[in-house]
Amino acid sequence: MSEKPKRRVALKVLGATLGAGAFARAMAPLASWSKDLSMGEFLQKHYSEMTPDEMNTVMRRLESNTKRDYGRDVNIRDIRPSEGVEFGYALNLSVCIGCRKCAEACHNENNHDRRTNNSYIRVLEMEQGSFDMEKGNATYTHAVPAAGKYYMPVQCQQCSNPPCVNVCPVQATWKEPDGIVVVDYNWCIGCRYCEAACPYHARRFNWTKPEIPAEEINPDQAYLSNRIRPQGVMEKCTFCLHRTREGRLPACLEACPTGARVFGNMLDPNSEIRWVLANKRVFVLKEDLGTDPRFFYFFDE
Amino acid sequence: MRPLFKTLPPLDPNAEKESPVLSYPRFLIHVISRATDGGFRFYALMTLLTAVALVGANAWANQLKDGMAITGMTDHVSWGLYIANFTFGVGLAAGAVMMVIPAYLYRSRDMYDVVIVGEILAIAAIIVCTLFISVDMGRPDRLWHIIPGLGRFNWPISMLTWDVIVLNGYLVINLHVAGYLIYMRFLGRRPDKRWYVPFVFLSIFWAVSIHTVTAFLYSGLGGRPFWNSALLAPRFIASAFITGPVFVILLLQALRKFGNVRVGFGAITRLYRIAKITVLVNLFMFGSELFTALYSGGAHASTVQYLFFGLHGNTALVPWIWTGLGLNIASALLLHLPATRAGNIYLLNIACIAAFCGVWIEKGMGLIIPGFVPSTLHEIVEYQPTLTEWRITAGVWAFGFMILLIGLKIAQPVMTGAIRAREEEDKENNPEGRRRRVSERFTEAFGAAPDKEV
Repeated sequence: MSEKPKRRVALKVLGATLGAGAFARAMAPLASWSKDLSMGEFLQKHYSEMTPDEMNTVMRRLESNTKRDYGRDVNIRDIRPSEGVEFGYALNLSVCIGCRKCAEACHNENNHDRRTNNSYIRVLEMEQGSFDMEKGNATYTHAVPAAGKYYMPVQCQQCSNPPCVNVCPVQATWKEPDGIVVVDYNWCIGCRYCEAACPYHARRFNWTKPEIPAEEINPDQAYLSNRIRPQGVMEKCTFCLHRTREGRLPACLEACPTGARVFGNMLDPNSEIRWVLANKRVFVLKEDLGTDPRFFYFFDE
Repeated sequence: MRPLFKTLPPLDPNAEKESPVLSYPRFLIHVISRATDGGFRFYALMTLLTAVALVGANAWANQLKDGMAITGMTDHVSWGLYIANFTFGVGLAAGAVMMVIPAYLYRSRDMYDVVIVGEILAIAAIIVCTLFISVDMGRPDRLWHIIPGLGRFNWPISMLTWDVIVLNGYLVINLHVAGYLIYMRFLGRRPDKRWYVPFVFLSIFWAVSIHTVTAFLYSGLGGRPFWNSALLAPRFIASAFITGPVFVILLLQALRKFGNVRVGFGAITRLYRIAKITVLVNLFMFGSELFTALYSGGAHASTVQYLFFGLHGNTALVPWIWTGLGLNIASALLLHLPATRAGNIYLLNIACIAAFCGVWIEKGMGLIIPGFVPSTLHEIVEYQPTLTEWRITAGVWAFGFMILLIGLKIAQPVMTGAIRAREEEDKENNPEGRRRRVSERFTEAFGAAPDKEV
């Protein structure tokens, strides 16, 4: 080998070393990102594939993570749907006054990020005599109800034919037997295709790690609903399944001061929701899209 | 049958005598040394690209740590610059291989020169696409969830799983074709047609599929009127037939100038002819979309109004789309100017750059962002990419460029062999033939072709 190729090889090695060093330095922020990631979490199976024992281990780990990161003891459960139950929700637009108590209750119940004031419910202030959402406004700040306006809260419509479930590439979101569309926050890869597919702006992404003071955390949590979500995954309204699957009502309904909200089991002929569906002229949002929602709206008069 | 690739002496003198078990590792060493050897200009360019890629890598690491809140994206506009570039990149990848059609379907000899260029551009572009998807993911640590068999692959209902299949399949096909041709050149053997021609045909069909499936990702969403159009997939294909040719036209000239590859001007001429038609088809389809949206009104119209004129004082996309449209129209005019047709290479190059940038805007920011504005509840939340997003985007493209450069460097002996075969055939069959006349216009503009090789 002559002198020149040797020098060239030496230069290549030097270049590669410098490059590798620079790469390690560029990627240094990953160290603090990955310190929260455990092997158990990395290898965790899909919700539907876990045995009760594995599920239990995961929930205990999540509880201890919450204690570590947020300083609060919480109770995370896995509550399954009951036979013979399909939930439905109806909202009386004639009595809704747009106070956003429902959105606030959702914010607190579901352990939403405090900085962004996130909620699964958006209340649209609509113009009397029009159903055009384009004339609606979701960011009003004046006293309600305003003259010439009516109010339309929109949350997940728990579609029977949910576009968000169809598009998910990894089955991280699915429809439960009781009709609730849920997300496995530990399986979601954060591609946000479901957020693009949803016609109701019902899905939210955790753009950052949620920030909640320990004393404001709701400790009554379920794996598929209101446990504190990790950074970088999707979340959505679950009809408060940690409450409703145990016979309680959704937080948004309990908070409503006007009684505009009606919730219940659509398979129970004596339920209030069945009475509303039978006796009121109900409609669903964007029916033309074929999503077949379980969330109904109606006017009284 | 014409010889597509000429048999040249092997790059490795011992290769003929040995079994592949021995020659293949040496082939890999040869490839690595070719990839890392070059003049001062090569090292300078690679250092620059590495630096930009590292800035991007650092921005991405920070985005993972702090969350995607440091991007301009929100729950209202949940896809941004990354997915815009992904969409454009798929077009580039598809367009690159569709350049191979004239070579095989119409037996255009000039185009044999660019077969391997198209394959390598496709490989680089697909890697760019994959990276853009990866940097857009909130949880790249869970990437294994999408691996069939290992995770839960929601196939066939999710269009995204189709995209995973077609993009990865496309990468494998092109790696095979390019790798095989380079390996055969290394051994000094004439490539066996059975081992690459079927795959070249497959890659042509596959190229159409990657861009169709990517269009279906968007057009299948009923809740997004701007995307929910049957014309989206044809538009994607039309614009792929712009970006592919114009990029290869520029690339071939660069190869000629800096790479000592005697690329025939016949290839450039043919690519120019393709682009001349496709810029018009693309503009026509774009106009059809605008007419349908604006004339009938409704939700579709408000998006288009936002895009072109702004809505209720929100005008973030207006400068983008007018720049994009202006560039597209300018490129169409330039490509059809008599001076360009007469062989003015500078006008052609300006037209190519304009077309490339114009499609980048139209297919990128001009397509993805208006899908989200107004939102599904008709709220208007605007989107502007942040510095983090620009850094990551620049880093991904820089990395893609590195792959392209290295790929072309490795493939240079293959190109040289193909070109020499064509030139000799030209001399034998058609010394002063008509077919050469068109390309001579470009040759004159360029001056004499350099005759030294490698």
